[in-house]
Order: sequence, then structure tokens, then C-alpha cells
Amino acid sequence: MTPRFHHLLAAEWTKFWSLRSIRWVLGVSVLAMLAVNLRSAQYVYAGYRPGDTFHPQNAFDTAFTLVGADLLLLVTASVGAMVSVSEYATGLLRTTFVAVPHRRAVLTAKAAVVTGVMTGYGLLISGLSFWLTQALLAGRHIGLSVTAPGAVRFIAATALFAPVCALVGLCLGVLLRHGAATVVAGVLVLFMLPSLCTDTHAWTAAVKHAMPFNAWRFLTQIDVTNQLPSPHPASILLSWAAYLGWALAATVTAVVVADRRDL
Amino acid sequence: MIEVTDLTKRYGRTTAVDRLSFTVRPGQVTGFLGPNGAGKSTTLRLILGLNAPTSGTATIHGRSFRSLPRGLREVGALLDAGDVHGGRSGRSHLLALARSNAIPSARVDEVLAEVGLTGAARRRIGEYSLGMKQRLGIAGALLGDPPVLLFDEPLNGLDPEGVRWVRGLLRKLAAEGRTVLLSSHLMSEMEHTADQLVVIGRGRLLAAGSLAELTARTGSLEQTFLDLTADAADHRTIADHRAGDLR
Repeated sequence: MTPRFHHLLAAEWTKFWSLRSIRWVLGVSVLAMLAVNLRSAQYVYAGYRPGDTFHPQNAFDTAFTLVGADLLLLVTASVGAMVSVSEYATGLLRTTFVAVPHRRAVLTAKAAVVTGVMTGYGLLISGLSFWLTQALLAGRHIGLSVTAPGAVRFIAATALFAPVCALVGLCLGVLLRHGAATVVAGVLVLFMLPSLCTDTHAWTAAVKHAMPFNAWRFLTQIDVTNQLPSPHPASILLSWAAYLGWALAATVTAVVVADRRDL
Repeated sequence: MIEVTDLTKRYGRTTAVDRLSFTVRPGQVTGFLGPNGAGKSTTLRLILGLNAPTSGTATIHGRSFRSLPRGLREVGALLDAGDVHGGRSGRSHLLALARSNAIPSARVDEVLAEVGLTGAARRRIGEYSLGMKQRLGIAGALLGDPPVLLFDEPLNGLDPEGVRWVRGLLRKLAAEGRTVLLSSHLMSEMEHTADQLVVIGRGRLLAAGSLAELTARTGSLEQTFLDLTADAADHRTIADHRAGDLR
């Protein structure tokens, strides 16, 4: 049988799921994010009195909270980093590249598996959190159904935030090859950088809106009636484009750098 | 067949491998010798395309290793038994390697049995002794049933039974017509196992030939090696120098 690309996918899939640490991180983090978001929904539920003004955005805000998104970012970026760092730091990558000298194919397969698994994980946590928080709020008749305007966009934007952050983590792992350094870099790029950018000038606003975290925030603002107007507002299309841009740039960088460097 | 031609690798000002040329033929075990830091491991990594040469070429059956789409069916290699992830079981590690090369999983159990790791196959590699990791690395090298095999210090950490087993395995692989390149510091092992020898020092070729040719004058491989590498060793002790002065 001639080895093909799907054999590389199968190999990377086997490697991904045979690491106990990754399975633990994914399992525990789902519970942590659900707990954070449900706590917020429970707070809204307890504070709501019939007749209070209530915007759908208030319900959306509990479906996936900022803290929940911070957690999602940290977990997925770390898992992406683990996929590449675990090979570099242990020397396993030498074994891998002796088995498959076509390095670009190996890295592409890694990125594909990370994208697939993290999209599934993102969908699971995003859908589950939406369903559970809104089911809780339904006790006050303020919960949203998945057919509510913007609900699908909300769930999709949260789900796809996961693979984007994971691919950035994978890329940083290839560049830095060291666990702690990669996590620090991931926090700086994905977590700190977005909060340092302002939208005072057109170009700084463009940089700000292009950050994955800010793109997620914009895409999950379904109802903007209570938002302060920005001089250089983001757009839905550009926010999706930011997701795609980061994912592609991270993958291409990882593939090219791993292909060129000595081991 | 492995052909190394004018191979050179420089890291900044240090030259790890210096215009090195030699040929490794099939049907024999070729021993690869040199003092610490002579460039043996770098040469193996250059042959396997892990490092890019500054100049020169290294080919396997006339082709550079990087140009092959998959490696395991062409070349089996054990470079460092530590090049594994301690969190996986031995079986998962081999299974991932096998899948990448479209090798059926039944072959994984076969090589596990061949190296004597069937009982430990589902344990985490992190719990393995060095000898067990060497066996796992050898299993990985055998996985694709390749015509060319490279082993870098495969005897480290093996018990006497394991040493004897590897010796027999290498002889068997060569007898089957495969090309076997064995790097080791253990002179007595080389005398037992190798047919041909390639000796390098400071990245340069010092001698190449059959075991009989190289040991004809001094009578022992160890003495031949020490004579050949007297000027090329970086790590000779003061005692060695004094002994040399007295001679």
C-alpha cells in the first residue's frame, strides 16, 4: 500500500489521543468553562424580576462569558502548543521526520488534526454552554433558543475561536520549541496584545480588530444597541477574516519553519 | 548502499564534519568509529536529512533521504533511544509510526515480540529502563522491514543478554543482504559484530577498510583506534598524555 496523506492524519490522530495529559486538559476544561458560564447565568437568573428590561445580549453574555472565553483561549492555545512542543522538547520529532522525511506534509497533518479536534471541542463547549445557560434562564422566560437571531453566529464564533487559538499555539511551539516559553508567548500574543490595542487611529483600530480575541468579542455582540459607537468600528466580515488570517498564517509559518530548520 | 561524498557541516566557526567521504555496502555490518565529538552523530543526522549539509551529499540508494515521501520502508534508524514521548505507551508510539507509513498494525505486535517488549507494550515509555527504550528504538527501526539500517550506540543500557541479542540481530540483518551502519564506542563489540570499519576524527575520515585490514598491524582494534585517533581526540586525559610521553 502506498502511504498517502490520510495515513499521516491517522498517525497524528493516534499521537494526539495517546497523550493522557491532553485528554485530561480537554475534559477538565469543559467542566471549568461550563461552571463559569452557568455561574453567570445563575447570577442573572437570581437577579431578574418580572418586568425588568432585558436585552437578548444579556442572555448571550451568559451563554459564553469573557472569563469563559479567556479560559477557552488559554486551554486551546496550550493544547496546540503541546502538540508541537511535545515533539521538539522530547526529540520525538527526529523519530517522526526519519519515518516521514516529507516535513511539510507532517506539519500540515498536525495542523489538520488540531483544527479538526479543536473545532469539535469548540462546538461541544460552545453548544453545551449555550444550551445549559439558556435552559436555566428559560426558568425566568428570558432564555434564548438556538433559532433566536444571531444565536448560530454566536455559537459558531465561539466554536471556531478554539482552532484559531490552537493553531497559534502550535505555531509558537514550532518557533520556540520550549514549553514554558511557548505558553508565555501565547498569553502575550493572544491575551495581552488585544487589550493593549486602541481604536483611536484607523490603523491601530485595524490591528485591534484583527486580534482573535477582539474578533470573537465582536462576532458575539449580536445586539449592539447599548454599545458605545467606535470611530473605526469592526465588521462581521473582517472579524471572520481575522480568524481565517490567523489560522492560515500560523499554519504556513509552522510548516515553513519546521521544513527549513536543522533538528 | 549509503554513499557519503565530500560531506561538510559547519556550525558557525566549528566544523563538525569536514569533507567526509565513505561508502557503506549491503550485506555487511559497517562499524562507524570515532572519539567523542568526532562528528559521528552529526554524520548520521546528515544522512537522514535531519540536518542540512553545508556542502557535499549523502545518498541512500542514490537518492537523498529528504526526497523520499516516506522513510520507514527505505531506512530504519535508531539515533537516540530518548527520542520518544514518555507519556505514550510503547505500542501507541510504534502504532503512530506505522500508520504514517501505511504499515499494518499487526506488524507493530510482530516487532514488539521480536525485541521482547510484548509484556511492556501498554506501559508508558516514561517507566521504561534505558535498555527497554533501546529495544523500542530498535523495534521502530525494524518496523518497515527496510533494506538500510542505522544504529547509533544501540548497546547503551542493555544487559549482557541484550548485547548478545543485538549482536545476533545485526549479523542476521547483514546476512539478509541489508546495509547496516553501526556506530559504537565499544571496541570489543565492534570486533564481534563489524565486517567493515569507518573511523573518523574531528569530522575527517581517518581510515576505512575491513576489520582484518585495520587490525592486522596492531593485533587489536582498540590499539588501532587509539593510534588512529591520537591526534584527533579532544578529550584525552592528562594520564593518557603522560602514558604517551613514556612510550
